Amino acid sequence: MKTICFYFQIHQPYRLKRYRFFDIGADHYYYDDAKNQEILVRIARNSYLPANETILSLIKKTKGAFKVAYSISGLALESLEQFCPEVIDSFKELAKTGCVEFLGETYAHSFAALKKESNEFELQVKEHSDKIQALFGQKPTVFRGTELLYSDDMAERILSLGFKGAVTEGCPSVLDGWRSPDYVYCSGANQRLKLLLKNNGISRDIAHKFSDWNWDQFPLTAEKLMSWISDNKQEQVVNIFMNYEVLGEIQKAESGIFEFLKALPEQAKANGIAFGTPSEVMDANRPVDTISVPYPITWASENDLSPWFGNAIQDEAYNRLFSIAERVRLTRDKSLLHDFYKLQSSDHLYYMSTSHYNQFFCPYDSPYDAFINYMNVASDFMQRVESRFPKNTSTEELNALVQTIVNLEKQVEELKGGAKPKAEKKSVAPKTEVKAEKPAAETKKKVTSSRKKKAE
Amino acid sequence: MKALMLGWEFPPHVLGGLATASYGLIKGMSLQGDMDITLVLPKPWGDEDQSFLKIVAANKVPIVWQDPDKNYLEQELEGRMSVEEYYHLRNCICEDNHYIGTNGIGSVGFSGRYPDNLLEEIRNYVAVAGVVARSQEWDIIHAHDWLTYNAGVKAKQLTGKPLVIHVHATDFDRSRGNVNPTVYSIEKWGMDMADHIMAVSEMTRQTVINKYHIDPRKVSTVHNAVTPLSDELVNLPNQNHTGNKIVTFLGRITMQKGPEFFVQAAKLVLEKTPNVKFVMAGSGDKMAEMVDLVAAYGIADRFHFTGFLKGKQVYEMLKSSDLYIMPSVSEPFGISPLEAMQCGVPTIVSKQSGCAEILNHAIKVDYWDIDAMSDAIYSVVTNEAFAAHLKDAGKKEVDEIKWEYAGQKVRRVYDLVLGK
Repeated sequence: MKTICFYFQIHQPYRLKRYRFFDIGADHYYYDDAKNQEILVRIARNSYLPANETILSLIKKTKGAFKVAYSISGLALESLEQFCPEVIDSFKELAKTGCVEFLGETYAHSFAALKKESNEFELQVKEHSDKIQALFGQKPTVFRGTELLYSDDMAERILSLGFKGAVTEGCPSVLDGWRSPDYVYCSGANQRLKLLLKNNGISRDIAHKFSDWNWDQFPLTAEKLMSWISDNKQEQVVNIFMNYEVLGEIQKAESGIFEFLKALPEQAKANGIAFGTPSEVMDANRPVDTISVPYPITWASENDLSPWFGNAIQDEAYNRLFSIAERVRLTRDKSLLHDFYKLQSSDHLYYMSTSHYNQFFCPYDSPYDAFINYMNVASDFMQRVESRFPKNTSTEELNALVQTIVNLEKQVEELKGGAKPKAEKKSVAPKTEVKAEKPAAETKKKVTSSRKKKAE
Repeated sequence: MKALMLGWEFPPHVLGGLATASYGLIKGMSLQGDMDITLVLPKPWGDEDQSFLKIVAANKVPIVWQDPDKNYLEQELEGRMSVEEYYHLRNCICEDNHYIGTNGIGSVGFSGRYPDNLLEEIRNYVAVAGVVARSQEWDIIHAHDWLTYNAGVKAKQLTGKPLVIHVHATDFDRSRGNVNPTVYSIEKWGMDMADHIMAVSEMTRQTVINKYHIDPRKVSTVHNAVTPLSDELVNLPNQNHTGNKIVTFLGRITMQKGPEFFVQAAKLVLEKTPNVKFVMAGSGDKMAEMVDLVAAYGIADRFHFTGFLKGKQVYEMLKSSDLYIMPSVSEPFGISPLEAMQCGVPTIVSKQSGCAEILNHAIKVDYWDIDAMSDAIYSVVTNEAFAAHLKDAGKKEVDEIKWEYAGQKVRRVYDLVLGK
């Protein structure tokens, strides 16, 4: 039986406020809350809430036959919690039906995966999985790279994080121009990793052409879509991936997109087509072939990284920020870490693209404006991180020092815990505590004193 | 196609941007092969490049019938015009111009500049244009800037050929809105009488439509371009040995060019950034005020004035700069940022400049937004990768802005008014 696999991406960045160079060192808050809230609330009203409601009703009506998958970035979840918690509730509602799967990804919707030598990618994916588990009670088993980013280099890393498969773009270059994206494949780098490829034609028809009057297939109806799918005899699975905003924001409610959605299950049933989530599809089908992806692919129109890494200033911004990734982690400071996440999201790089400059929701006049603002923020952020540690100490040394502190703190905790039952022997317990604390304090002193030196 | 062009300036004797633009445009049009262009100049110096057009010296054209001795005539013509041409033009005098004071050969002198008796020169130029217009069968008349509009109208009335006028600037740009009524009336008359109007930017086009009340269908935009630099200029060395980044303002120091915004931005940048120097190159009526302002801000040790630069000096200055800024309050087009980009200098232009419409790889800010301007300066001087990107992308972009393409657009306008 043919299966349709719907997957929706939800991501909203934290757009930066206007941050001038003379704010560097003086102002450590970077975000345009008013704009972020306004955009998020608007999209939630136009798209997320009505779409969730529609999908929930479809699942109930079809008694669980209709299924979808979501990939919600950690940053999107955070801003929804902040500005629109009712959306989180409605996703929880959907999660309860058991017909909805949540995919794993990098928490910050970033390109950390391109940094092979750093473990930033692993840490972020884990953090995202934990967040999904905490909110929706599911552990993601299928991975989705930022902007459907995937390459052979990532296969091993995705597997070792505990995922069984990944979704990516069905681009002609990896399909050699003739293979169909509508099967389950596996990675050429490691065959244990299954891959689902986006059906580009159908996904784009819905996302971009649905309300285009000049399109020769206009209007697109559920009936027409299902007949396209059922006419193709060979296929196992049709992967339709798109931004969730397509439902209601990019294609407005007036275009009839929700009615189209509502009609899908019925028409599918009539044509003998089922719905499935990515992990179900991967479990049910054996891979027909391997796919090897030597260079990173994405769902951009050229299937490469050019919208995010198409010019020198984008590379500069990305490399500068990631040059301090390890030090950010070493600070173990939550506020720094969260700023780091918010600065990583791919959107900031996209705003700096000099070749893709007609975009939704872009807060800048020009790519250069975007770069100037971003780099001002980044330099303030980097100053904050650097001020935590002396510059001339190598990261390895720091790592060792921080590890010592962590170990000693643990020891203190253990001793504290161990001291309690022996509360009667008052004279002994405080002594050990003092002893244990001393070296920890000393190490801390070492760090602070060398920081002072640097400041001098 | 024979075009009669009416202009006021031509290189190498440059007074303003008009000369550079006229030269580039005519040269670009001459590439079309079948274009035969004659330019009437008030006072040619004899060293103009005439390989791609013919220049008629207005100060040698007879407007009153005289029969001078041939030797005297040759001496008076100074080689700017042949004797045969003089005789031919003399036969084309059709009006009584005796009210104009003429010399021994029946022609009238021009300063070729912008003198106080400019209106008188304009009147005399009209008389000259009347004679030249009847001397040949033209297909089209093309007048550059307001000084020649009246002459263009005259030529149109005498020959019945269509008139196209080229708006390089309007008085609204020159005066920050404080318009001279006489100039306005000449501009308005020329625009009303023209069959088609070409503006050097969309911004100027809108001024023509809104301030001169011209039918938008009659107005087209033909953006200026830039002539490629000679190898000599391209290979000028960078003479900045100060170890500082140099940020340059280059142009007339007048109200129109917004020099005070440059000084204010400099102050903000210097507060935060060591190793930057600011240079204001040029002269003008606002210079003393700017020197005072720099002194008042206490940044005189890192802010320099060069005075008026000409010819090669301009390019030496550009080549030694790390950033070029044109904060013009109102600039119909502004070719100089394009020249800076040709020299590989990152460039900031005001959004109120016509060239901002066609440049993607220059940073654009509002002229009054000194926060944005100083922010952009700071980013370019502190970030090598950004400067390098702007340099490469800017050079690539500006190399594709060619007069040849502007010339083709002008040709399409000609074809339109001729009904071809």
